[in-house]
Amino acid sequence: MSFFENIHNQFFQTFVGPEGDRWQQFLVGLGVSFRVLLGALVLGVVLGIIVAIIRTQKDQQRGNRKKPVLSVLNAICLVYTTVIRGTPMMVQLLIMGFVVFSASRHLILVAILSLGINSGAYVSEIIRSGIMSIDPGQMEAGRSLGMNYGTVMKDIIIPQAIKNILPALGNEMITLFKDTSLVTVIGLADLTKVAMQVQARTYQAFMPFIGIAAVYLVIVLCMTWIFGKLERRMRRSDRR
Amino acid sequence: MTEDNVLIRVDHLKKAFGDHVVLKDISETIHKGEKVVIIGPSGSGKSTFLRCLNLLEEPTDGQIWFEDTEITDPNVDINAIRRQIGMVFQHFNLFPNMTVKKNITLAPVRTGLMKQEEADKEAMRLLERVGLAEKAEAYPSSLSGGQKQRVAIVRALAMNPKMMLFDEPTSALDPEMVGEVLDLMKRLAEDGMTMAVVTHEIGFAKEVGTRVLFMDEGIIMEQNTPQEFFSNPQTARAQEFLSKVLS
Repeated sequence: MSFFENIHNQFFQTFVGPEGDRWQQFLVGLGVSFRVLLGALVLGVVLGIIVAIIRTQKDQQRGNRKKPVLSVLNAICLVYTTVIRGTPMMVQLLIMGFVVFSASRHLILVAILSLGINSGAYVSEIIRSGIMSIDPGQMEAGRSLGMNYGTVMKDIIIPQAIKNILPALGNEMITLFKDTSLVTVIGLADLTKVAMQVQARTYQAFMPFIGIAAVYLVIVLCMTWIFGKLERRMRRSDRR
Repeated sequence: MTEDNVLIRVDHLKKAFGDHVVLKDISETIHKGEKVVIIGPSGSGKSTFLRCLNLLEEPTDGQIWFEDTEITDPNVDINAIRRQIGMVFQHFNLFPNMTVKKNITLAPVRTGLMKQEEADKEAMRLLERVGLAEKAEAYPSSLSGGQKQRVAIVRALAMNPKMMLFDEPTSALDPEMVGEVLDLMKRLAEDGMTMAVVTHEIGFAKEVGTRVLFMDEGIIMEQNTPQEFFSNPQTARAQEFLSKVLS
């Protein structure tokens, strides 16, 4: 059997199979990966914004009035970011899957929760650095005009901060997407898990794993391209 | 002047940053229509004093009244007070992510003072008055320093304030742009706006000011009409300061 025949054979077995539907399993797996990514992304950004605002409010607190509620919230946020960033993603997944939600059969929700909580810790630090990169004069100008803290944050600070942190946020999204492959350990049938199942049936490792590596790579390249476009668009106000 | 002409009353104001006492004990009143010029060496607390007047700095002790409201009361709606006091900063602090027009209309619209179309019209009217109407759709980064500061003044005026605070409005400008900003401030003064101005522009103080406060070491050391103060300063510190800036 020649080399090319061998490759062709492996390709057929991996992506078509005796019933001709293996490629569909890969597609279903990819769909699961995407659902986990989207869910975790939303959860991560929401958590990240909340934690970032609590932390910056605490940092920017001035004057003599101490707010005890803020201090407690800030302490919770600190513990959260420290623990999440100080332990491996895989271990967090194992704990969520087999300790916290060991009885749950909604594996996809468990995966979204684990990845979202993980991502939130990193996103919060990114957003915090973005908010702190904005000149305090912007907040002062907004407040001096009689707008409240929330309005100034929403209309003035956050839009400028997002522009500054877009590259870092893009990176975080790419990391998150690649981390979805870890949900395999709690038994969720994502793209990686499908590749492993196919490998167990065909006894061939090369084609399924190289195949999904290519899929991950192409999707990451697409994300990079989209973020690059977005960034150039948001920089328009700098040049005019 | 009668009591009901008082716009701002400051009573035993103190401000400290940690152990560093910036304002020691300041009591002062500003009446409607006054143009108060605050001068003094750097580190004397002039900017801190000005920033206390709209509570951008929270006083450590003492009271401040704006008309009949004690604004140092923790329960007061400070946003409602700030809407009536415009502020112009040394570094302009325009919002770089918005066009000039949006910079001006944001606060009136967001605080419910005006509808968007109404605010747009008002912004254009004000921009025309300062000769910047053609910059309405430009972003701040494309403006010169003097233009930025004129836009910043317009932005404060759009809220229709009862008073304007100027915190060294010309200190960050190239020399050839100082004039255009001072001209605008003069016109504002002629229109009867109540103003408190921290500045190093002695010429402006002489021409526009109705009263000069000389601050040093966290207190108001001396105050007088500009004519009297600049020709005949009483305290040794004021004499020393003036000999340095006027030479």
